[in-house]
Amino acid sequence: MLLIECPYCGPRPELEFSHGGQAHIARPQNPAEVSVQEWTDFLYMRSNLKGVHAERWRHTHGCARFFNALRDTTTDMFLATYKVGEQAPPGAAAAMPAANRTSKGQP
Amino acid sequence: MQPFSGLTLLRRGLSGQRGWTPQWRRAQPKPSYDAVIVGGGGHGLGASYYLAREHGLKNIAVLEKGWIGGGNTGRNTTIIRSNYLFDESAALYDHALKLWENLSEELNYNVMFSPRGVMMLAHTVHDVQVSKRHIHANRAAGVDNEWLTPAQARAFCPVLKIDDIRYPVLGAALQRRGGTARHDAVAWGFARAASALGVDIIENCEVTGIRRDAKGAVEAVETTRGLIRTPKVGVSAAGHTSVIMKMVGLQLPLESFPLQALVSEPVKPIFPCVVMSNTIHAYISQSDKGELVIGAGTDAYTSYTQRGGLHIDSHALEAICELFPMFRRMRMLRSWGGIVDVTPDRSPIIAKTPVPGLYVNCGWGTGGFKATPGSGHVFAHTIARDEPHPINAPFTIERFRDGHLIDEAAAAAVAH
Repeated sequence: MLLIECPYCGPRPELEFSHGGQAHIARPQNPAEVSVQEWTDFLYMRSNLKGVHAERWRHTHGCARFFNALRDTTTDMFLATYKVGEQAPPGAAAAMPAANRTSKGQP
Repeated sequence: MQPFSGLTLLRRGLSGQRGWTPQWRRAQPKPSYDAVIVGGGGHGLGASYYLAREHGLKNIAVLEKGWIGGGNTGRNTTIIRSNYLFDESAALYDHALKLWENLSEELNYNVMFSPRGVMMLAHTVHDVQVSKRHIHANRAAGVDNEWLTPAQARAFCPVLKIDDIRYPVLGAALQRRGGTARHDAVAWGFARAASALGVDIIENCEVTGIRRDAKGAVEAVETTRGLIRTPKVGVSAAGHTSVIMKMVGLQLPLESFPLQALVSEPVKPIFPCVVMSNTIHAYISQSDKGELVIGAGTDAYTSYTQRGGLHIDSHALEAICELFPMFRRMRMLRSWGGIVDVTPDRSPIIAKTPVPGLYVNCGWGTGGFKATPGSGHVFAHTIARDEPHPINAPFTIERFRDGHLIDEAAAAAVAH
């Protein structure tokens, strides 16, 4: 079981959390204006990285808040967790552009 | 290839089991092939076999980064069934089931296919309704599936506890043609038969890049054992499909999760069938070696580690102990994880890609073993003819763009 550092509550066991999938996928502001392919990418296409991956977690059985994490999917080690709206910590952010095609450079 | 028969067994037996030869050739990579399959699991080896057997391609290589059958083919719970809800899936999985029925004869290799019956339990009113819907849909599609009362379910599996438990058994759906097979033998049997038809099976050969020509079509794969030229690449890499596709800049609707399973110490035959419960989440059968083979769920997070949290196994064992109290004192021998590539609609992708000459067979998620021969068969057709077989035509990448999802989340059985 993973030990996850909730940025609001501190370290808690994985059982208190839900995995929220790939992070930093921005919903298009106006879905009617995006192309079918962009909408498909938003809904379904995922980077599924082998390596450092940005993902969302929700501390469901704690503060119930969403936050983001950088985790290495080859070791399951967390590199960092950070609040929604914050930047990924420097250093860890180097992995970000490849992590997400739809992030438009916003880590 | 030495064909197996009663006579050869007798002859080798009388001569002290000497004179058996390796089951497949240890091939060295050649500079070029007509087609290359990436991934030496059951699906990839099956595709290479059918390419050679039915489509006349003889110059084929299967590239495996580890050893054949060492990935999900050797890590699953060997359950075979075809009781999926939608017509597209029922056709695909039943195609596989029909091939399973004659596979040992076809390959001259005993894959130990055992149609001992797969029983899926219903514990709630909702389960009963969904199960009956599945049964009616299956029967309309020509796939056998029948409803059992709780007493009939216990008669079919006498060690099952149906009442006086937290979620009493209210009935069960039974597919009698379903069952199990020996997973390793499936990989070995396909490898042996494909090798005999001239397919080069190259182990310890990891693909590190895909080269394309000026028009964008595939022209070669870069591997840890050198460059291999080929106009056609079929990717059958399960959990690592996204990694391979990234080499040509493609993203797929896939996420890779660890899926765990475990086996008990071996005991005498006690468990006559396969029992699955979606609601309390456990599935169990007994191997011919005597081990109870128990399937757990996927971990919550994406990973490539081939291991997961122990609480996932514990959760499955709690359900097993509830349904089969006599197993409460059994000791578990080992557990392991495989990396499964899950699509949003829990149905596979067996299709051409936007890159000419690149084909993909992926997204089998938590239930690919049952489809092994059928998947290999239709994938070979797709590669050889550059167009899908009618059975896999609906299983495209574009179905996500076009909204034609084949949503088998309920039939896929493993909780995600």
